[in-house]
Amino acid sequence: MRYHLFKSLIITTCMITLCCFGYVLIVRLSAVFFPGGGLGVMIRDAQQQIVGYVQIGQPFTSDRYFWGRPSAIDYDASQSGGSNLAPSNPLLIQQVQERIKYFETRNPGIAVSRIPVDLVTTSGSGLDPDISPEAAFIQVKRVAQARQLPEQVVDSLVRAYIQPPLLHLLGPAYVNVLQLNLALDKLSSSL
Amino acid sequence: MGSILFSHLAGIVVTYLLTVFIGIVLGRYMYKVYSGDPTWSDTLFVPIEKLIFRVCRIHAKEEFDWKDNMKMMLSINLIWFIISMLLLTNMKWLPLNPNHISSMSPDLAFNTTISFLVNCDLQTYIPETQISYLGQIWLMFLQFVSAATGMAACILIFRAFREKSLSRIGNFEVYFVKSITRILLPLSLLLSIIFIWRGMPMNFAANQHIITLEHHKQTIAEGPVAAFVPIKHLGTNGGGFFNANSAHPFENPDYLTNMLEMIAQAVIPIGLIFTFGYFIRNRKLAWIIFCVMTMGFLLLVIPNVWMEIQGNPAIRALGIDNRLGNMEGKEVRLGTAASGYWSVITTVISTGSTNAMLGSYMPLSAMNMLLGMMVNAFYGGVGAGFINFFIYLILAVFIAGMMVGRTPEFMGKKIEAREMKIAALLVLLHPFLILIATAWAIYVYLHHPVYHAWIMNPGPHGFTAMLYEYTSAAANNGSAFAELSANNPWWNISTGIVLLLGRYPSIIGGVAIAGLLGRKQYVPQSAGTLRVDTYTFGVVLFAVIVIIAALSFFPALSLGPIAEYFLIH
Repeated sequence: MRYHLFKSLIITTCMITLCCFGYVLIVRLSAVFFPGGGLGVMIRDAQQQIVGYVQIGQPFTSDRYFWGRPSAIDYDASQSGGSNLAPSNPLLIQQVQERIKYFETRNPGIAVSRIPVDLVTTSGSGLDPDISPEAAFIQVKRVAQARQLPEQVVDSLVRAYIQPPLLHLLGPAYVNVLQLNLALDKLSSSL
Repeated sequence: MGSILFSHLAGIVVTYLLTVFIGIVLGRYMYKVYSGDPTWSDTLFVPIEKLIFRVCRIHAKEEFDWKDNMKMMLSINLIWFIISMLLLTNMKWLPLNPNHISSMSPDLAFNTTISFLVNCDLQTYIPETQISYLGQIWLMFLQFVSAATGMAACILIFRAFREKSLSRIGNFEVYFVKSITRILLPLSLLLSIIFIWRGMPMNFAANQHIITLEHHKQTIAEGPVAAFVPIKHLGTNGGGFFNANSAHPFENPDYLTNMLEMIAQAVIPIGLIFTFGYFIRNRKLAWIIFCVMTMGFLLLVIPNVWMEIQGNPAIRALGIDNRLGNMEGKEVRLGTAASGYWSVITTVISTGSTNAMLGSYMPLSAMNMLLGMMVNAFYGGVGAGFINFFIYLILAVFIAGMMVGRTPEFMGKKIEAREMKIAALLVLLHPFLILIATAWAIYVYLHHPVYHAWIMNPGPHGFTAMLYEYTSAAANNGSAFAELSANNPWWNISTGIVLLLGRYPSIIGGVAIAGLLGRKQYVPQSAGTLRVDTYTFGVVLFAVIVIIAALSFFPALSLGPIAEYFLIH
């Protein structure tokens, strides 16, 4: 047994060298050649301040911006997670009802049957950066009014920011909320 | 609606077809690697391997019997256990800790160590706040070696049936090293590059603090994610770099990475089936095994995808646009169909990673995930899954042999009392661990009000969460209902023990059966032999799995997910 343990120790040392040093180093070095350099894809404003990460959702509450999905952790990206509410939990249904009511008051004139389910349920990570195209379209009216822009202009901006499914064939289409809102700010300031 | 559904379903169908294709190709490659035939990777890796073999004093040609091989496996696992306990309880002052994370408590370190050592990766800690980057890199290392341990043990079984009669069934050390250098490392490197290209972070920096567009403060956790995630899936480990696992946008940036992560976790288990076919020179048997496993997989995955797309009836009743399905706890860029698929591939294979919150899945989806882990052999984890299947195979041969009145034989070896005792004990151990541990936990929960904080959701779902935790531990899966507050001594220690008993007995038992059968005299096939490479036998095999594995859990399932189903319908 002592022989086995001794041998195990040497093999372990070898494998640590290979996997923890060799492999990690190669991956870290190759990250330098990609956008973001291994730091995640950041968006900076004119003053070179980071305003966000493309992949990490942000909380939006004002009428002037498109809203993302509800988050169980309030978009605190130092952690992550969902509500973990079971489909049978009355609290879940109560929360969804409250969100529907809130959405109706802030978006008058939108029929309840048009509110897509992703806008009233929390995401898995709590940091979901995207919403469905339908969820963007029903907010067009509110955003256009708040910014005093014609609805068609905002509508066509949303259309331009719909990410099609992979190869236009696989998976869902979605809209990145942060990118859309940044484009919206740019549009407003250029007018 | 039609087109939404089409692209979602097309995504998972393409994923599955690619998985099977790559699995078949990889199966042949793995056969060549383990049997020492020349492959394309020789020029690059033979020098590295020779160096490792020389330093470690491994003689590539030397072979041992099953007992020596298992001694080696246990001792190397013991070394990892000791290093891991020391490292995790001392993270605070060790390097690579820019976020000043404190060391783990002994019970948490015990649970985490065991859980990564046995290829389970049940996580009761919160990665963002309770583990340093050094700890993450160490866990990544354990993900490599625990996968390689399973693969090496599995190859020992394959080897035992290759020759007519032998007592030395191969060299664990050689298979172990080759699993890492030839299969896990090259594939991980390839995947990590693609992941970085899609936007996965790879750094050792402290958390970023930013001001968002609406002037909120936001703190963003990062780290060496792109090195961690490939092996997490290739090795069917499943431990998340972040708390939300692969639902986190950094751990799964888009649909392409989602497809790759789903493919990566299934290719080695599927490949090993075909490797087995090459080893025993009977590819038809490999295809039959593949068909039986696929049958089980499809029976679980199709309902799950359908139920998640249908969504929650209670939310549909509120009158909103429910076309996207059960989006609670899911991500928009991945969608409900891909999350439904993931929930089953991750539980039939012992990965246990998730791309959505499992506690918010529909009740019967949760039941199918539980069933995947209760059987634990439809594809199964790397190596260990095939070993479980091998036990079912032995049982099915025995039962079928008894039914038709023929001597039970497998690959020309008589199956006798000793092998059957081991197989029967192993098959009973799995439900025993799960049901006894759950019953005990429920008892404690009911009799001590202080423990009521364990569960969050009322009714049958709370029961399901506890049943799920132990099923996941016994199956070395590692997925969990995050609602269960499991970071406390009760859960850390009890699941730790279940994890140990779920891993080593089945590996040692499987290799022991193979070792015992391997050295028996070969009996040539005759008219009296029960042929295993027929589809009739495949049906018997499937029936044995369903009767033995699934039915023993039926009462528990009806108390949990089935009861919850009737609550909301």
